This record gives sequence, structure tokens and C-alpha cells, in this order.
Amino acid sequence: MKKKIDVFTIVNSLFMLGLMFIMLYPFIYMINVSLSSQVYVLKNEVFFWPKGFTTQWYKFVLSDPSLLRGYRNTFIYATLGTVVALVLTSMGAYALSKKHMIFRRQLMLALIFTVLFSGGMIPSYLVIKQLGLLDTIWAIVLPGAVNTFNLLVMRTFFEGIPEEIEDAGRIDGLNDIQLFFRIIVPLSKPVFAAIGLFVAVGLWNDFYKPIIYLKSQELFPLSVVLRDLVIAGSVQSVHTGSNLAAKASGGGGGDVVLESLKYAAIVFATLPILMLYPFLQKYFVKGVMLGSVKG
Amino acid sequence: MTTANIERIQVDQSIKTRRNTFARKVRNSKYLILLFLPAGLYYLLFEYLPMFGILISFKQYSVFKGVWASDWVGLKYYTMFFQSPDFLKLLRNTFLLGFYSIVWGFPAPIILALLINEIRNSAFKRIVQTVSYLPHFVSNVIIVSMIVMFLSPSAGLINILIQKLGFEPIYFLINPDYFRTIFISSGIWQGIGWGTIIYLAALTTVDPALYETAEIDGASRWKKMIYVTLPSIVPVIIILFILNIGSLFATSFEKVFLLYNPLTYETADIIATFVYRTGLTKGNFSFATAIGVFNGILNFALLYIANFLARKFKEVSLW
Repeated sequence: MKKKIDVFTIVNSLFMLGLMFIMLYPFIYMINVSLSSQVYVLKNEVFFWPKGFTTQWYKFVLSDPSLLRGYRNTFIYATLGTVVALVLTSMGAYALSKKHMIFRRQLMLALIFTVLFSGGMIPSYLVIKQLGLLDTIWAIVLPGAVNTFNLLVMRTFFEGIPEEIEDAGRIDGLNDIQLFFRIIVPLSKPVFAAIGLFVAVGLWNDFYKPIIYLKSQELFPLSVVLRDLVIAGSVQSVHTGSNLAAKASGGGGGDVVLESLKYAAIVFATLPILMLYPFLQKYFVKGVMLGSVKG
Repeated sequence: MTTANIERIQVDQSIKTRRNTFARKVRNSKYLILLFLPAGLYYLLFEYLPMFGILISFKQYSVFKGVWASDWVGLKYYTMFFQSPDFLKLLRNTFLLGFYSIVWGFPAPIILALLINEIRNSAFKRIVQTVSYLPHFVSNVIIVSMIVMFLSPSAGLINILIQKLGFEPIYFLINPDYFRTIFISSGIWQGIGWGTIIYLAALTTVDPALYETAEIDGASRWKKMIYVTLPSIVPVIIILFILNIGSLFATSFEKVFLLYNPLTYETADIIATFVYRTGLTKGNFSFATAIGVFNGILNFALLYIANFLARKFKEVSLW
């Protein structure tokens, strides 16, 4: 077979290279600025590689107690939340995958209804408040722990496990709970991994629940700390006109120092996903397929 | 024995057997019930209890009296919302953000999937896919942080470039005219790659014989893409389009909340963010709940119709 390179291939390849540039350059740019020294950043000379290499901005970031605490909190919320979500979701999904479960159909309908309609932000807030969960780790971990879509994916997976495998266990006198933990769970590692990953990423990135349910700074996850540092700060300075003032006073000195620091903070927060992503990517894609098979 | 007696005995027995089967079902599934209990409790507390809390939108909710004892006010807060000057603005903003997201954001992954499908070198293809999925996993907080930094009038990358080209820096984030463009274009950047997955999966099932036939007819690659590849994923496109319509009014709170500020409320404020400020910042729980319920019903109706259409379409397409 002869390989001919036509115009289409060339144009398409160039387009793809352009696309990859657009996807990656924002991250590369941030890394470059965060590793450059102030002089070059001020002169707007940093584009494709760091100039005047320095790690001082990261030293600032690493010595910031609120960022580190945010990191630790996010890690705790994501880990604990994923465990809680997997336990609740898988047990519920298994119960609903069995034909001899009582009210199986009605319960399924009740679950699916929550996808279509929910009480909304304020009633949910009041319930969390009434339960005494406001401003505790549980306000982050419990609401949203069971996602109906995830539960349906797990249920479909459990339904696909042949009955005969369970029958052997039943003959040995195992009840449904023992069957689930000793036979089903070990057989279902792929679905636990896929859903666990999605839940973990969701919790790691979560901003909604912390901003609504948390008040104490000691409990703030990374997302809230970063927002206060980068976004709220910037808008504030726009309001007070300090950006303009700084610009007027020659080159915006003070602000740009902060810019590098902010970039360092953003990179610092993005690092886990940037580093883990290449290894986890294929599991994410598999997870999506797992969900769409049943349709 | 009279017939009435016999009938009564039969009825008694049928009640008894029904009760027996119910008791037996409970007994049979008692371990399953135990397994379901935590999830069931979750749904009761965090899904159904808030639905019950919607009651406060019909009441003058007082923190001290609680949901039950607060006084009824009927539809007061609903009419208040419909008559408020914010109503049309919020409805328009919520609709337009969802609408433009579909107009621009829906075709983008389809086009990209078609083009990725044309890449012959499988290693290059894999790299393109991996890179384009990446932004999907970056949180909204980081995305908006990046937007804010890049668009900063003093030192943002975009404004540096604008200035290098000899123009004045643009104050993107405080100008309501730019909000939708920023929101939607960054949304495409986040979602275009990830959105291709389902189309690429559908494309793997295209019958190679179709391409061979087209080849014999002398079709160019471009023609094959338009006349063979694209039609083969039309059913998937239609289903996803219908489901997208279902979330037309469901633009998520998070990114808007992070990206907007009082200066851009004119175009940026959506129902969800207004509910947040009314309820949690100002403490008007009843009013905010009523507005939330309005949005919830809107979403419910659209989702329901979308689901109905999708199901109908699927059935039709199967035959």
C-alpha cells in the first residue's frame, strides 16, 4: 500500500497542533511566569520559557499557611468523601440490582425522580443547618454522596454478574450482605475504580458546597482559598481602582509581583491533576463508556 | 354454609396470603434492605427533605418559628418575583447563557470528533485526544482564576498581546458586553475534547464497506467525511441534542458565581446566583426558595419533555 500525504492530512494535522497549543499553552505560560523573576515579568518578556529562573514564588506559596491548610482539607474531603460515596452507592446499587428486593421498582422511581427535580439551594441549606452539619466536614462529604447516575451504572454492572457465581455462595449459606462483600465487591473492582475516580475529582474540584456550607477559614478547601487569593482579590482591586492607580504610577509594579505569586498559587493547585492525569486518563474514558453502555 | 360465608372465608384467605407474601418478601430481602438503608437514608435526608422544605416558599419563613409554625402567605413570593424588575432580566440571562452554550458549544465536539477520526497516525491521535480531554478535569475555580489572570488589564497575557499590537488594554471582566463571550468560549475550551468521546465511540461502529463504496465512486476524503461519517453519527447527535435542550435553563451556579461581579450583573446574573444572594446573603429564605422552585419547575418540564422525545426518537430509530 502506498502512503500518500494529501492536503487534507496536512491541514488537519496543523489544525490538531494548533488545538493542542491552545489546550496546553495556558498551563505552560503560567508555569513560565511562576518560575520567572520579577524584572522579566514586569517587562512582559516571558512567553515560551522562564526568564531569570527563580523558585521564590513557590517558596512564598509553600510558606502560606492558608494554602497549605486548604490543600490538606481538600485531600481529606476528597478521600473521605470518595469512601463514603462508594460505600453508600455500591450497597444501594446492589440491593436494587436484585429481583427479590422488596419495592425495587418503586425505589428506583423515587431515586430517578431526584434527577429531574430537587428542593434547590435554600431548602438544602436549611436541612443541612437543621441537621447541625453546617460548617462541618460532613456538610462537604454527605450531600451529593450518592449520585443517581453512578448508582445506575453500578446497578447495571452488578446485574451483569452471572447468577451462578452467587448461587455457589448461597449454597455455602452466605446471606446477601456476605455475598456482596465477599463475592460481588472483589469482582467489581473496575466499576469501583471508575466511579471512585470521578467522585474523587468532583470532590477535589468542588467549590459549590464549601462556599454554601462552610464559614470557618480553618475548614476551607483549596478551591475557596484560591478563589479568595486570585479572583476575589482581582475584582476587589478593580473596584477600588488600585490596578489603574498602580498603572498610573509607572508599570504597575506592586501588582505584577502579585501576578507571579498568583500564577505560582494556581500552578500549585493544578499540579496534582496535571501530574496524575496522563496516567489516569484511560480509566476516565473507560468510566464514561461504562456509563453509556446501558443506553 | 351460606355463599356469603364462603365468600368471606375466601376473602379472608386471600388477604392472609397477600399478607403472607408481603411478609415473606420482607423476610427474603431483609439483608438487601439493610444494604439499602444507608443510601435510602441519604435520599430521604438530602433529597426528599429539601423537597419538603419547598413549603417555606408559601410561608413567611421565620428562623425562630421553623418550617411548620411559620405563617402561610400563599403565592405572595411567587407573584413578587414575577412582578419584580429582575424577573425578565434573570430569565433572559439564564436562557441566553444556556442557549449560546448550545449554539456554540454543541457543534464544536462534533466537528472535532470528525477531524480526530480522520487522523491516520494512531499515536498522534492518542496524543491529541489526551491533550484535548485535559481541561475537563481542571476545576472551575482554576479555570476562572486563569481567565481573571489572562484578562487582567495591567499584566494579563491577552492584554499584553493587545498592547503589543498597539491597542489600548480592554477591561474585559467589568464590561457586561464581554461576559457571555468569555463564559461560553472558556466553556468550549473546557468541554470540546471531552465531548468528543461519545462521538468517537459511535464512529468506531461505522461499516467500512460504506467507505469502500464511496472510494469506488471517487469520493474525496472531505466528501467521505460529510456524506458517510457524519450521517452515521446523526442518531447520537440527535439524542445528545435533545438532552442538551433539557438543561437549557440549568446553567450551573459555580462558574457564573466565580466569574461575575456587580458590574456585570446586567448580563451575568442568572436565577441560581440571584437565589444565592437573595437567600444566603440577604437572608430572604422564602423569597429565594420561591425563585429556586420556579427554576426547578422550568428545568423539570424541559428535562421531562427532552426525555420523552429522546425515548420516542430512540424507538423510531430502532425500526
